[in-house]
Amino acid sequence: MTPAAASFMRLRGMIRKESLQILRDPSSIAIAFVMPLVLLLLFGYGVSLDAKHIPLAMVVEQPDSKTASLVGAFNRSDYFNPLSFDSIQDAQKALDLREVFGIVWLRNDFSQNLMSQDSAPIGVIVNGVDANKARITTGYIQGVWQAWFESYAASKGVKLSQPVALEPRIWFNAAVRSTDFLVPGLIAVIMTLIGAMLTSMVVAREWERGTMEALMVTPIRIGELVIGKLAPYFILGMGGMLMSVVMALWLFDVPLRGSFWLLSAASALFMLVSLGMGLLISVVARNQFVAGQLSLIVTFLPAFILSGFIFQISAMPEPIQVITHLIPARYYVAILQTLFLAGDIWPIVLANSAALLVMMVIFLGIAWRKTHKRLDA
Amino acid sequence: MPDSALVFEGVTKTFVAEGRTVSALKEMDLHIRKGKVTGLIGPDGAGKTTLMRLAAGLLLPNAGSIHALGIDVVHNPLEVQSSVGYMPQRFGLYEDLSVQENLDLYADLQGVEPALRPPRYKELMHMTGLGPFTRRLAGHLSGGMKQKLGLACTLVRPPRLLLLDEPTVGVDPVSRRELWSIIYRQVQEQGMTVLLSTAYLDEAERCDEVVLMHEGQGLGHGTPEYFREPMRGRCFHITASSLSKRSLQTRLSKVAGIVDAIIEGEQVRVVTASPGLPDLSVLGLGPDELTTEAAEPIFEDAFIATLKGKQKEDDTTDFSAALHTPATDQDKGSVIDVHDLQRRFGDFYAVKGINFEVQRGEVFGLLGANGAGKTTTFRMLCGLLPVSAGEVHVAGHDLRRAAARARSRLGYMAQRFSLYLDLTVIQNLRFFASAYGLSRAKGKERIAWALEGFELAEYASANARDLPLGFKQRLAMAAALMHEPDILFLDEPTSGVDPLARREFWQRINALAETGVTILVTTHFMDEANYCDRLVIMAEGEVLAQGTPAEMKDRFRSADHPDPTMEDAFIGLIEEHEKGREDAA
Amino acid sequence: MGSSLQRIIALAIKELLAILKDKKSRIVLIGPPIAQLLVFGYAATFDLNHIPLAVYNEDRGAPSRELVARVTGSPHFELVGYIDHDAQIAPLIDDKDVLMVLHIGPHFSEALKLGNTAHPQLIVDGRNSNTALLALGYIRSIFTEFNIEWAENHGQRGPPAILKIRPWYNENLVSLWFIVPGIVGLLTLVVTTIVTGLSVAREREAGTFDQLLVTPLRPVEILIGKSVPGVLIGLVEGSFILFMAVYWFEVPLRGSVGALYLGMFLFLLSAVGIGLMISSLAVTQQQGILGAFLFLVPSVILSGFATPISNMPEVVQYLTYINPMRYYMVILRGVFLEGDSAELLVHQYWPMAIIAVVTLALAGWLFRHRMN
Repeated sequence: MTPAAASFMRLRGMIRKESLQILRDPSSIAIAFVMPLVLLLLFGYGVSLDAKHIPLAMVVEQPDSKTASLVGAFNRSDYFNPLSFDSIQDAQKALDLREVFGIVWLRNDFSQNLMSQDSAPIGVIVNGVDANKARITTGYIQGVWQAWFESYAASKGVKLSQPVALEPRIWFNAAVRSTDFLVPGLIAVIMTLIGAMLTSMVVAREWERGTMEALMVTPIRIGELVIGKLAPYFILGMGGMLMSVVMALWLFDVPLRGSFWLLSAASALFMLVSLGMGLLISVVARNQFVAGQLSLIVTFLPAFILSGFIFQISAMPEPIQVITHLIPARYYVAILQTLFLAGDIWPIVLANSAALLVMMVIFLGIAWRKTHKRLDA
Repeated sequence: MPDSALVFEGVTKTFVAEGRTVSALKEMDLHIRKGKVTGLIGPDGAGKTTLMRLAAGLLLPNAGSIHALGIDVVHNPLEVQSSVGYMPQRFGLYEDLSVQENLDLYADLQGVEPALRPPRYKELMHMTGLGPFTRRLAGHLSGGMKQKLGLACTLVRPPRLLLLDEPTVGVDPVSRRELWSIIYRQVQEQGMTVLLSTAYLDEAERCDEVVLMHEGQGLGHGTPEYFREPMRGRCFHITASSLSKRSLQTRLSKVAGIVDAIIEGEQVRVVTASPGLPDLSVLGLGPDELTTEAAEPIFEDAFIATLKGKQKEDDTTDFSAALHTPATDQDKGSVIDVHDLQRRFGDFYAVKGINFEVQRGEVFGLLGANGAGKTTTFRMLCGLLPVSAGEVHVAGHDLRRAAARARSRLGYMAQRFSLYLDLTVIQNLRFFASAYGLSRAKGKERIAWALEGFELAEYASANARDLPLGFKQRLAMAAALMHEPDILFLDEPTSGVDPLARREFWQRINALAETGVTILVTTHFMDEANYCDRLVIMAEGEVLAQGTPAEMKDRFRSADHPDPTMEDAFIGLIEEHEKGREDAA
Repeated sequence: MGSSLQRIIALAIKELLAILKDKKSRIVLIGPPIAQLLVFGYAATFDLNHIPLAVYNEDRGAPSRELVARVTGSPHFELVGYIDHDAQIAPLIDDKDVLMVLHIGPHFSEALKLGNTAHPQLIVDGRNSNTALLALGYIRSIFTEFNIEWAENHGQRGPPAILKIRPWYNENLVSLWFIVPGIVGLLTLVVTTIVTGLSVAREREAGTFDQLLVTPLRPVEILIGKSVPGVLIGLVEGSFILFMAVYWFEVPLRGSVGALYLGMFLFLLSAVGIGLMISSLAVTQQQGILGAFLFLVPSVILSGFATPISNMPEVVQYLTYINPMRYYMVILRGVFLEGDSAELLVHQYWPMAIIAVVTLALAGWLFRHRMN
């Protein structure tokens, strides 16, 4: 047999063995398919930053037709669920009890002031505990208020001065759906899970069960061992990606404006980076417990929080922004969000892919050098 | 040397663990002859596994050179790995792959031509008897079958040099015999060279040559006969009409000039420091009470004599005094009563209605091949597994009704000395004292007893993890005895322990039995069955035979087999049983 | 009874020692919590500052310059540059050089002087929908202010009514005040679940579980002995993070500490119950970790820790009622920011108490069931 044929045979044996193990081990299947499914469903359906039907206390101290038109404006809005309260004290109590999220307060001189030259104040109190929700809610309230006073003025035939009217154009996500933004980024988290966590744990398992020692005394070469180990998980990870893309497109109606092939290529690159990380972890951790913990801390959590998947990187403190440059998921998330929502924007895809390529070379290179067929050192 | 398959010259290997440097091998020289089976024998920590791994190119030596089949192992590990077969202690079978898939994997890795595979597979499956199970997952095989599959995987492309690290540990005698016949076939048919390490001293007799190792150095290398020869005239069988075999053994072991005294059947086997028996008048027995006869030396005698000479301190502790556990003064009678005991797992009957009784103060053995149902029986008796049908009384309590009360009367020592490894010795003892509900004063008293009686005092504040294996075993036993149980359950207590530690352990057990504690033990070591007063042998969930070791052996005494060992008896019984089943079918 | 208590105490002490003396478990208890506290505390923020922005002003008049000055002068925005033709907009946004472009047409000043309405455009990158909405909100406020002042200064009639918005409890809308109290719950949950979730599996793997079962310890006693360390470690860990929240992150603690600890205790009981359920099902530590992970991820996401429960679809909202962390989040933020007392939180306490009773009972049942 030629050396090449022998090498091919060894590689084939490794890959077949690894694939069979994946198919038979329920925990591999759980990490590779059940976890992504749970995450996708949770994020697709459960997590939303878009507030709707916010309970709002309406305190109208002297109801009349004018206040009714304002209350009506809130009633018609999809964002709010207005509840009527008799006094500001009652409303504040409801706010304390978290029955309402905010209060709109029209004092008894509201209608009077409305007629006068000065503007009538509308008191608005929001629960600021969740700062983000509070900001978004006040934005919605401003929207309702503006629409109301424009139509009010028009109905009264009053010419209002509105020197500037903003015309926002929200590109890529006109409906401002948070699903469109979260689901693509989630793919990075899922691939990290398969690439780094699953891989590091299966290598650790070989050490724990003593199979590594038996493998090492066969004529297998390091390259064959590494490739044979990684190839099945590469395919598994790409499968996870494909599943996520399919669910994103058809279940959550996220658009894919860029090319699918470009997405696949970038994903393949990121998958290799993840596998490199998994392999590196397993060099350090020779039992599954440590491997699992380590990959959770150094790969999964950063991919979740520091990648720009949920939290805007530019909003983080400077030192943390610097750290995010070390997180591979950061570059992949940028590519994902762009390819899904914006399209094939080459400068972004190329710059981030270059960063991923560098990381892949570093991670796989170190892992390759650190893996050797000796039990000591 | 041209006829050497494996050569070590001045090989030193050290490990650094937690800041300490440990030398596993010290300037080891070794020449393994081609076409021979060489046994590597020595106590735990002698450096056997390190030697194997060095030979396979898995470790780098600190100094010295290693050549396997003429190849420099240090510089060409890959080349060596292409022509050497190595089976590690826990062979890496993929438990979620089937027998066939494991074989395929190793055939691929070893580069076996596809055309050559079917005949080779057929041969291996026939040899190992795994033929009917090729589609079964390796994880579902019994311990013995797993070892055979491991060996088959190592042999899938016949190596010229085969390294086996304790291939027979935890394997029942029948499977062990089969493993040995496979190994010898390879030597004869393929001209293979085999180096194997083992903890079973009787296996040394089966080797062509033996290398005795101790603390990283070779103590001797030669045929078993070479080791036995100097022992001629130093081995004796002694019986005393007025003393129990146990008391006699205890006393003999304290006599100056006696290196070793063990119970063998109804006699005590003694090995002396120099030819001839020393003065036995110190025993205080009349000459007519004592019968002595010369015994044929075996390899074990040489092993013990050599290693005991090496040990620094003289281990002649008076165990019986230290282990003074007051015997409960109830009448002699059965303390364990098993009647029609059954255990079902789904449709499968693991234990099919067995009966036996254990008398107070007896050492009672439970023997059987892997999967014979002895572990299941054992676990039911300690209340770890519910009984499906039948009756079990332990210490007078019905296990089905008063399990908790029965449990408070028994001590249990699990296979791997299950201790809390991160707790110190004293914390372990304290925990078990409280878990058994001892009062504060009583607990203190018992902890003091354990520290003294088991010589654990100097390790009192060391973590259990850092104890030497022998001390771990002592601690486990002390923990199991905290509440002065009437019955002590021992589940393969000596598995993986070297022969010296095993001996010491049995001395303690003997002393304990002398004080009236009943002991129920399972074991794979047939020589240990000799220590039992009575035993049962199980197969396929049934009891095959019940009685004293002598009775068992007597059944297989014949003209051409005048002195059968316990192992012969065991294998004979299993074969009879299998034949009976075939006839019935 | 006395000896039963003694046995439970002995078991609890042993558990604690085993956890604290094992290097691996110590790492799990100390490393990730601190790392997560810092990372979450600082990185998990929705507050936006220095939003990169470009201005395309085709108008040369003073009003447009004033409007631009107001925008660029806001701490929320950072001017990346001015551009001068349409084609420049797309690359800037596409490449994420800016989040938004403010485009003021050539007739802006003219329209204003004639009393007409000008319509400047704002192009926003919507890839991150949340950021887009927040940034848009900031610009809107600036424009509204500009309009009101312009009307006043030019004797025109402004809007008939104006909003006076006041956020309560978190007056400056700092995200950190919202996130950090939540971390108290997040980390105590993670640590407690892992500690109790692995406790039986660890003994099974070490072979000591059988040893434990042959002692006179009853299953219930084992269960109690194993839950005490989880609760204790959770309390210590929770108190540490509480301390960090108050003195390091300087989140105001306005309500009753007693109310907080009552919540923590009930929360820990229910977490321990779930941990023990995982424990009684998992044979190996690997399965234990996986089980804990499968439980932790959904329960964190569906707790309101990062995103409001009220934004979730109705079905999912019902699902959150069985999640103990949901209630604990309310208690934490209620006590920290809203200054709640125990009475105000009764409706958070009783569901957790019920969950604790159910999970502990279930764990006990599973435990006995699995042993036979």
